[in-house]
Amino acid sequence: MIMAKPKPIEEIINEIKGFDKILVAGCNGCVAVCEAGGLKEVEILASALRMYFGNQHKNMQIDEVSLTRQCDKEYLAEIKDRIGSYDAVVSIACGAGVQFMTEMYNTKRIYPGVNTCFIGVTEEKGVWTERCQACGECILARTGGICPIARCSKRILNGPCGGSSNGKCEIDKDVPCGWQLIYERLKELGELKRFEEPVSPKDWATSRDGGPRKLVKEDSQI
Amino acid sequence: MRLNYPVGIRIVKLPCTGRVAVIHLLKALEKGADGVFVAGCMEGDCRYQAGNLRAKKRVAYVRQLLQSIGMEPERVAMYNLSSGEGPRFAEISREMAEKVRQFGPNPVKGKGVRKEKAA
Ligand code: SF4
Ligand code: SF4
Repeated sequence: MIMAKPKPIEEIINEIKGFDKILVAGCNGCVAVCEAGGLKEVEILASALRMYFGNQHKNMQIDEVSLTRQCDKEYLAEIKDRIGSYDAVVSIACGAGVQFMTEMYNTKRIYPGVNTCFIGVTEEKGVWTERCQACGECILARTGGICPIARCSKRILNGPCGGSSNGKCEIDKDVPCGWQLIYERLKELGELKRFEEPVSPKDWATSRDGGPRKLVKEDSQI
Repeated sequence: MRLNYPVGIRIVKLPCTGRVAVIHLLKALEKGADGVFVAGCMEGDCRYQAGNLRAKKRVAYVRQLLQSIGMEPERVAMYNLSSGEGPRFAEISREMAEKVRQFGPNPVKGKGVRKEKAA
């Protein structure tokens, strides 16, 4: 899922300090799982903001809402009757959610309350790591189920590079070398001969290099 | 044991300090408490293994947040004591009350920050 982390509250305060009535809008999708933008985080952020502006002797109204998802119009529509009364919204969904809310309510200012980080997994409670960069042409079948694009710092397709040492990547001794992981996995699978033939260059047009992407599934369309 | 502790203290009983969430500490302050302390069992003595250690991290998180919004972080504190230490509880209560008195009343108290229920 999509991982995010809360923005420093000072940054949010700075964006909204000129307004009188703010809605803090959470998303109960991905960002709730990584404890950055769900119902609980809405309550915490809104409470802290109310205390801050209270201390500043500013009569500011800060309300809370948490939507099932912010990347679907039907859930965004749940606030359509009341959004008009707010000066601005702080959305703590991922960047997609913030933008979709902006598109739907384009007379309002929608400020991001989190920094959206990556597509990843919950490694343990409170620890999330990156796994996929949404390249649009998955090659996991050839790399033992370990993604060289997300897990090799250089995204090379024929690794490891010379910076791999004792299983770690040269960028940081705590970062496993993606290609070492691939090597070990392919060895387990008895498929080491894959290293004998270089992998041909990847077509990056399906990734961000091809510009903003769009998916259409005709049989799903109404 | 008849022990004296400051009259203004309100005790919220929980089965384990592991139940204390960040929002509970913030709500207490937002609603006007001058300070909040969490009284957990001694470290290593948690009946649920790590409840008091979790509470400790949450207290630390709230302190950081208070710092960021310009409030005294020490308005929130964590203490560890065993359930048999009544006198120590009374002593901590006095200590906390004294500390908070030095900061003055919670600046949030009675301020016009509003909230309406949305959804
Ligand atoms: S808005 Fe973003 S965080 Fe929320 S469900 Fe959609 S993709 Fe996940
Ligand atoms: S190969 Fe592409 S789609 Fe597959 S996991 Fe890696 S980045 Fe994601």
